[in-house]
Amino acid sequence: MPPTPPPNRVEVSRQDDALRVCCAGAWNWDAAQPPLPDCTGIKHLQLAGEDTTDHEGSLLAWLIHLCRQATVLQIQIDDSALPASIRRLLALALAVPPRTDHPTDDTPGFFTSLGLIALHVWSDFPKIAEFTGELTQAIGRLLIGRARFRKRELFWLIEACGPRALPIASLISFLVGTILAYMGAVQLAQFGAQIYIADLVAIGMVREIGALMTGVILAGRTGAAYAAQIGTMQVNEEIDAFRTLGLSPIEYLVLPRMLALVLMVPLLTLYAGVVGIIAGMLIATTVFGVGFLEYWHETLQALTWTHILIGMFKGTIYGALVAFSGCLRGMECGRSAQAVGEATTSAVVTSILLITISASVLTIIFQRIGI
Amino acid sequence: MADAAEHVITVRGLTMAYGDNVIQHDLDFTVQRGDIFVIMGGSGCGKSTLLRHLIGLQEPKSGQVLYGKEDFWAASPGGQDALKRHFGVLFQAGALWSSLTLAENVSLPLEELTTLPREAIRDIVSTKLALVGLAGFENYYPAEISGGMKKRAGLARAMALDPDILFFDEPSAGLDPLSSRRLDELILELRNSLGTTIVLVTHELPSIFAVANNSVFLDAESKTMIATGDPHELARHGPPAVRNFLGRGSLQGESA
Repeated sequence: MPPTPPPNRVEVSRQDDALRVCCAGAWNWDAAQPPLPDCTGIKHLQLAGEDTTDHEGSLLAWLIHLCRQATVLQIQIDDSALPASIRRLLALALAVPPRTDHPTDDTPGFFTSLGLIALHVWSDFPKIAEFTGELTQAIGRLLIGRARFRKRELFWLIEACGPRALPIASLISFLVGTILAYMGAVQLAQFGAQIYIADLVAIGMVREIGALMTGVILAGRTGAAYAAQIGTMQVNEEIDAFRTLGLSPIEYLVLPRMLALVLMVPLLTLYAGVVGIIAGMLIATTVFGVGFLEYWHETLQALTWTHILIGMFKGTIYGALVAFSGCLRGMECGRSAQAVGEATTSAVVTSILLITISASVLTIIFQRIGI
Repeated sequence: MADAAEHVITVRGLTMAYGDNVIQHDLDFTVQRGDIFVIMGGSGCGKSTLLRHLIGLQEPKSGQVLYGKEDFWAASPGGQDALKRHFGVLFQAGALWSSLTLAENVSLPLEELTTLPREAIRDIVSTKLALVGLAGFENYYPAEISGGMKKRAGLARAMALDPDILFFDEPSAGLDPLSSRRLDELILELRNSLGTTIVLVTHELPSIFAVANNSVFLDAESKTMIATGDPHELARHGPPAVRNFLGRGSLQGESA
């Protein structure tokens, strides 16, 4: 076994205004670093090394601290007695003075953070307005049949946001239908009115919850995908490539996505309603003893075209909001992987926020106008 | 040798900034027809930002960018689009549209901005791809080819509309020496045979000396240009910082 080398040491000797610092022993990060010698009133600093090893850079780190301090105090440094390898590394590390105007990594205080958040939200508005304006123009050109985008891309997008969302939409609608039926049944059974589970589930699913659930599923599934796709294109300069050709990225990228969702969401909403009704029927007939035909009849009685159309209308609005948020955040995306992640998160948050707000506003409006 | 009509791009008093953070100020230079013009300077001095100002992606804080006699940033959106028709851009990583094949990437500008018949477009696309050495790659997607090929495909797209000016953002970044040299030869060939004016952002010395006949040097310290002209001349008689840059730090001792 090799003898353990002596631990790190520093010998400091002072002569008038000259300080000699001699480092010795084995330096590594396991041993504590010796304190820096006191340099007040010193004009010359001589660094030396005797029999010293520094495999891990701890001596180098210590010397850098010492030399920086000495430079601040305008002390002349003589490093000629240091081992050559350490001297060269030290010269390399000290070649460029540290930047003094670097951004501080202090975490801002509560009020500063609050102010920064407010400023951030405030600065978001012009961007949203610009995006909305460009999008409105593009929709205008679409309506007069002059919008330019690839039909094939539209079909691809429709497939991605419609048919491929069916499994998750089925599962969630089925479970939500089950929950509705159970919750309603527990209350209604007290009055022997289990048959009204059918009304509750049919109207609830078709008019409100089908659209809401579809909106939330699409926010997480499609809105996030849109933000990530467009954000990556931003990173990859693909958006710039459109702009330098004088082609509108809104028309080529946002419009087909918007269109795909707005076309698919009413159908998905309807589908969610149907699956929810089937779930309610299963629960009512198997658990609460309602007859199948009875339930079927009650459902048909409860459902009117108004409920169906209102549900589809709401779904369409939610779908448009999801496409809007996803594409907006994608277009705003910065030029890094981090930024794409943030854009995706922000797209989902914005979608769900807008869906919730518009859900309450629409419900109140429909209540007021009495349909 | 060239009169005013030969000035393809004139930059006057251009100041670029992100918010209040000035990147470069008071840039003045001209690019002549048929030039291979290099925007050079150390890392982070604002070369690519200058390019973004030239190709209409970022509005200057002050100053003008003139194409011929027309001020790009004073033009209407329609006027800007018309000016954009005269140039093609090769972005740093090619910036191919990832959902389209190479052929579709090259044909999209042609389909959208010209009234050429389908067969003509198909022929143009395969010619352009052949010019950059990608014949037979029509149906590949960008994700299926290498970085160097993406760059060449991006060049084919930039050339699709036969632009008068081609902009290159760091064309040799990430290319091996041989591919980089082939690209330089391609650039020279484009200028010589088609008379295309070429503006390059680069700090690759071999490329600069191989192709450029005019340049501007942006300095990161003083945040402005410190020289313009033929880099071969600047390497001999330019300001010390430029000579040092072009000599790969050979003046370190003198200038330090």
